[in-house]
Amino acid sequence: MDLALVVLIQVLYAVASLVIVSAGLAVIFGMMKVINLAHGEFMMLGAYAVIAALKLGINLWIAMFIVAPIAVGLVGVVLERLVIRRLYGRMVDTMLATWGLSLLLVGIVTSVAGNTTAGVSAPLGSFSIGAYSVSGYTLVIIAVAVALSLAIRFVLTRTQLGLIARGTMQKPDMANALGISPSRVYSVTFAVGAALSGLAGGLLAPLTGVVPTMGAAFVAKAFITVIGGGPAILAGLIGASTLFGAINQLATFVTTPVLGEVALLVAAIVMLRLLPQGITGRFFKGSL
Amino acid sequence: MNRFAKSWVSAAISLAVGVALLFGLPGVMDDYTLIEVTIYAVMSILGVSLAFIWGFGGILCFGQAAFFGLGSYTYAIAMMNMGDSTVPFLLAIVVPALFAALLGYVIFYGRLSDVYMGVITLTVTLILFNLINSTAGPEWRIGNAPLGGFNGIPAIPTLNWPGQQDEVLTPKDLFYVTFSCLLLVYLGLRVLISSKIGRVIVAAKENEQRVLLLGYDARAYKLFSFTLGGAIAGLAGCLFANWGAFTSPTIFGLGQSAQIIIWVIVGGLGTLVGPIVGCIAIQWLTSQIGTQQTFNSNLVLGGILVVFVLLVPRGIVPTLGDLIDMAWRRLRKTPAHAPKVASPAAAPKAPIEAPHALTATETAP
Repeated sequence: MDLALVVLIQVLYAVASLVIVSAGLAVIFGMMKVINLAHGEFMMLGAYAVIAALKLGINLWIAMFIVAPIAVGLVGVVLERLVIRRLYGRMVDTMLATWGLSLLLVGIVTSVAGNTTAGVSAPLGSFSIGAYSVSGYTLVIIAVAVALSLAIRFVLTRTQLGLIARGTMQKPDMANALGISPSRVYSVTFAVGAALSGLAGGLLAPLTGVVPTMGAAFVAKAFITVIGGGPAILAGLIGASTLFGAINQLATFVTTPVLGEVALLVAAIVMLRLLPQGITGRFFKGSL
Repeated sequence: MNRFAKSWVSAAISLAVGVALLFGLPGVMDDYTLIEVTIYAVMSILGVSLAFIWGFGGILCFGQAAFFGLGSYTYAIAMMNMGDSTVPFLLAIVVPALFAALLGYVIFYGRLSDVYMGVITLTVTLILFNLINSTAGPEWRIGNAPLGGFNGIPAIPTLNWPGQQDEVLTPKDLFYVTFSCLLLVYLGLRVLISSKIGRVIVAAKENEQRVLLLGYDARAYKLFSFTLGGAIAGLAGCLFANWGAFTSPTIFGLGQSAQIIIWVIVGGLGTLVGPIVGCIAIQWLTSQIGTQQTFNSNLVLGGILVVFVLLVPRGIVPTLGDLIDMAWRRLRKTPAHAPKVASPAAAPKAPIEAPHALTATETAP
C-alpha cells in the first residue's frame, strides 16, 4: 500500500516535471510556431539566475519564483528583438538560428561561470510514508505544475491579454487593423515563454546539477512532449506529459533511468507514427 | 553555356582537384600533416552525407551524428569480435543504413513535417548519447567488446587489407582509402543527382504535391535518400574509428550534430562541394580556437551559425559562385567584345535559363 502511494507520487512528479519543463516551449511553439531550440539554455540561464540571486543573499523561494523568470524573460525580449524577429514564418531558419543561440549561450555562460557544477540544495527536507521517504520538494513541483496549468488556462481564456494574444496569432493582419501591434504581441509572448522556461530552470536547479550544458538534458524531452501534445497548447501539454511521464517513470522503476528515457522516446515515436498530429490533433480537437 | 553544363564543368574541376590532391598530398606532406588531412576528409564525408539529404532531398536531419556514431561503434564492436576488417567495414555502413531506414519509415510514412523531423532526429541522437554514455560498467559488453560508457572504446584494431589480417593499413594507406572514399561518395552522389531518381528526389524537395500528382511516391524517394545519407554517415563513422583507433559517446553529442549543420550552412546548402569547404574551414577554426584557449568554441560556432542564418543564408560557395557568374557576365558584356547589335536568339535566353538555377545544379567554388 505504502509502495503504491510512493509510486503514485513518483509518477505524478514525473508528469509534473514534464509539464514544467515543457510549458515555456509550449507557449512559444504552440502560439508562435517558433521552434526554440535554445529552450534548454533558457532553463540553464534560469538556474544560474537562482544561483546568482542566492549569492546576493536573496531568499531561495523569491529567487526561484521571481528572479529566474524575470531575468530570463528579459533575455528573451533581447533575443527576440535581435534575432527571432527577423525570421518569423521561416520555421527551419528559426530552428537553425535558435540552435546557434543555444550554442552561443552555452559558450557565454561557460566563459563567465566556468565549466563546473554549482549546486543548490533542495529545501523542505523529506517526510516518510511507511518505510519509504519522500522529498518534500517533490510535492512542491507537483503543486507548481497544477498551478501553472491553471494559470495558463486562466490567462489565455479569461483575460484581455490572452484574447489579444490568441487573436494576433490566428490573424495578425486583422489584429493590426484593430489597432494592436502584432510585433509587440509576438515580443511579449516570446518573453512570457522565455520566463516560463526560466522558472522551470530555477525550480529544477535544486534537483539537477547546474552546469552550462544542462539544457541538453531537457530540450529533447520538452520537444517530444510539445510535439506529442499536438496543436492544442494546454490540453496537449497535459495529455502528453501524463502519457510520457507515466511511461518514463514506470520504465525507470522497473529498469534504470536511462532506459526510462529510451522508453519515453520510443513511446513518442510510435505515437507519432499512429497520430502524426499529436494527441490533440485527434482527440481533443479545438480545445485550448 | 547553360547552368546544367556548367555544373558538370564544376563537378569535373572538383574531381580533378580531388584526384590531384589524392596523389599529390602524400608526396609533399609528412605523415603528421597527412593524418591531419585524413580527419578533414573523414569529416567531409560526413558533411557530404548531410549535404545530400538536406540540400537535395530537403530533409533537415539534426541527428546525422547518430548515424556517424552508430557507424563507428558498429565497426569497433564488430572488429573486436571478428579480427578481419572486411565484414566490420561493411557492417558499419549497413547498420546505420538500416537504422536510418527504420527511423525514416516512421517519419516519412507518418507524414511528419520538416520541423518535426528535425526535432525527432535530434532527440534520437540525444537518447543514443545517453544510452551509450551509461554503459560504463563491466557488464556492458558485446562479445569481446566492452562498451566503456563515457570513456569510449580505446585501442580499436584498424583496417587491414581484405583477407590478410596481418597487413594493417599504414597512416598513408588510410589517407588513400579515406580520400578515395570521399571522391567516390562525391562522384556517386553527383551521378545519382543527375539521374532520373535524383531528379525525382530534388523535385520532391521543391514540391511534394506535384511529385505525387505525377505518380511518384515521394515518401519512398525520401526514405531512399535518407537511408543513403545514413549509410554514408556510417562510412564516415567507420573511418573516424580507424583514424584515432578510438571512439566515444561525444560523437553522438549535440556539439557534433551542430557542427555538421554548421558546415553545410556555412559552405552552402544545395551544393556538394560547399559542405566540404565549410567542413574544412570550421574544423580548422575550431582546432585553432582549441589551441588558443581564449574563446570558447561553442561561443564562436554559435555566433557563426546565427550570423550565417541571418546574413549569408545561402552559404559561401553559392555566394562566391554568384559573384564569379556576375563577373563573368560583366566581362562578356564589355563593349570591346560585344557585338553592336544583340543577336535576337541570344536575347530571350537569359530569362529562360534562370529557373534552372534552383534545381540540381552546382556552382563552382
